[in-house]
Amino acid sequence: MSETVTAPPPTGTISALAPKKRSRAARLLLGRDAIMIYALLVFVLYACISIPRFASPVTVGFLLLDVIPVLLIAMPMTLVIITGEIDLSVASIAGLTSALMGVLWQAGLDMPLVLAISVAAGVVAGAFNGFLIAVVGLPSLAVTIGTLALFRGLALVVIGDNAVANFPPDLTAFFTSKIGGTGIPTVMIGVLIVMVFFGVLLHFTPFGRGLYALGYSKEAARFVGIKVARSKFWLYVATGSVSALAGVYWTLRYSSARSDNASGLELAVIAAVLLGGVSIFGGKGSIPGVIAGVLLIGTINYALRLGRVSDVVLIIVTGTLLILSVVTPSIFASVRRWQHDRQVRNSLPQVTTSGSTRAEHPAH
Amino acid sequence: MELFHNHGTRSMRTRRILGVAALTASIALVATGCAGGGSDSGSTSGSGGGGDQTITFIPKQLNNPYTDVVLGGGEEGAKAAGFASSQVVGPLDASASSQVSFINAETQAGTNVIVIAANDPDAVCSSLEEARTGGAKIVAFDSDTNPDCRDVFISQVVAKDVALIQTKLISEQIGGSGEIAILSATANATNQNEWIKFMEEDLKANYPDIKLVATVYGDDDDTKSFQEAQGLLQAHPNLKGIISPTTVGIAATARYLSTSDYKGKVALTGLGLPNEMRPFVKDDTVKAFALWDPAQLGYVAAFAGKALADGTITGEVGDKFDAGDLGEKEVTDGGIVIVGPPTTFTKDNIDDYDF
Repeated sequence: MSETVTAPPPTGTISALAPKKRSRAARLLLGRDAIMIYALLVFVLYACISIPRFASPVTVGFLLLDVIPVLLIAMPMTLVIITGEIDLSVASIAGLTSALMGVLWQAGLDMPLVLAISVAAGVVAGAFNGFLIAVVGLPSLAVTIGTLALFRGLALVVIGDNAVANFPPDLTAFFTSKIGGTGIPTVMIGVLIVMVFFGVLLHFTPFGRGLYALGYSKEAARFVGIKVARSKFWLYVATGSVSALAGVYWTLRYSSARSDNASGLELAVIAAVLLGGVSIFGGKGSIPGVIAGVLLIGTINYALRLGRVSDVVLIIVTGTLLILSVVTPSIFASVRRWQHDRQVRNSLPQVTTSGSTRAEHPAH
Repeated sequence: MELFHNHGTRSMRTRRILGVAALTASIALVATGCAGGGSDSGSTSGSGGGGDQTITFIPKQLNNPYTDVVLGGGEEGAKAAGFASSQVVGPLDASASSQVSFINAETQAGTNVIVIAANDPDAVCSSLEEARTGGAKIVAFDSDTNPDCRDVFISQVVAKDVALIQTKLISEQIGGSGEIAILSATANATNQNEWIKFMEEDLKANYPDIKLVATVYGDDDDTKSFQEAQGLLQAHPNLKGIISPTTVGIAATARYLSTSDYKGKVALTGLGLPNEMRPFVKDDTVKAFALWDPAQLGYVAAFAGKALADGTITGEVGDKFDAGDLGEKEVTDGGIVIVGPPTTFTKDNIDDYDF
């Protein structure tokens, strides 16, 4: 996209030199998202063939149950990273929610009330982040490193070193139940709603378009009338709320409320988001790509575990994959730039006799 | 000029065609590949139920020296008991929920016996239930799960004995009075908390002059334990002794003490591995500490799993099974199998042990 911008096409000659004038369909099929989806499909195929017992509905169920927390939080995280910010406190918010749920349930409150208060706590935690970042104007990295520790600390204060496990069996069973014989967990319906919500918000609303602008340049975004502070504030409220939902899910899926629940999850989420093609510098990325990224990491983890590959190898694989996913596009970009330059250089002798076109080329 | 136009459209068209081809090919391949894989898995799981029994050990975390010894005994036991294959899988961090996906993978793999040291007694429960529904037998060892979710629990020693030997050792070393602290593993570890509870009771009842001033958690992480030990001594200048009922904690604390001014002044005891503690016992940082032979734990767990899988025992109180070199073991109250009493290691006997 950026290359086409650098070559304003006043005449047919110049626009033909632009390396990427693809049709909409080609862009969809060859874009970063599509590559992630191909990678996912290829890996699923590979796992089906080479890993015994992978190809079964049981896999779908266990795999999705494993990735749901990451999948949930990755949705608002995508939006946050697209604006060029970050939220490292998500796992701690989930832990805090879990701790609160445990304590409130033990205190004898009704389940709906427990859930409402716990999710509300996540909203408040997110709003606190949002206030410091959007209103006070502090850098998000610093703020959320602080709240990463703060919220986890609060979770420890709330529940201490206890674990609450006596949640209603009907409810915990519901959280691990599957839809019929498909193996798809029932809670995926809720997750799907969250995915669609953030997908539509990012790709089909003016608010979402504004987030990309914000990621490219905050000043420019402000000049075109995007409410920078307000957008950021609501994004942090969104990460807080969805993290709370993930905390509720985590607690009921494992039927165990503890202060250390979901610890380290923030890095898994961010890794998956980046693998899904979102630029850490902001301005680039999409929800479908991120979903494919999350599922790819989840599938690799699950398949390797099923193949009894040690976790030591597993983290090396995930790390390498992440680095490759960041490095490969920039290699492609520089190869393309090199090809483009050569093309321009080769074409010069034929047209530069007049010297007029030469003046236009330095723009490349 | 025409040349450029042609060039552009051609590359665009080929790319588009390539894209469509790639997408169709991958979808087709996945569809057929998975169908083939599906029928494969059906036939293997069908035959798996017959003769060859498999056992899988799921420790609290991998790369823990103590766990490695337990697992070594387990693998030896699995071979002796006659399992066709034994596996070790497990998480890298000892968090509550990290074991669940491993249990799920084993359920799917159709493993006959799952031997687990639970990081959280309840978090693993629902997935263990699912494994049992699938026909697997569950043996808990080292750290128990909720008793409803396993068939038997292999305990090296009675929890109370482990606690009492540590309070006795610390009392001997500090002369029966003064401030002490406990440096434990994670705040939620089942076995740790049970021992700590018994220690607190024992101190109150039998050692009125010893005051427990702090309990800190090193999370079975060497660096964190080292820092916690350092912090304890700074926060409590009158501290006379530390009990660390975890092998990682006691080794880290001993390392700190041996290089500090507190060496020889602050007593240290707890549960440690002789091989790790040998230098600190030899240089008088540590006078005495306790442990059982962890390899026996895995060994008995493997035999218990075999007896359960063969149907010779069901985990009822009074059931007896043969545990190879260690003779006959009996299931006691609560489905617990006790392996043996803890051993005290001192300068005099430490060289007799190699684990």
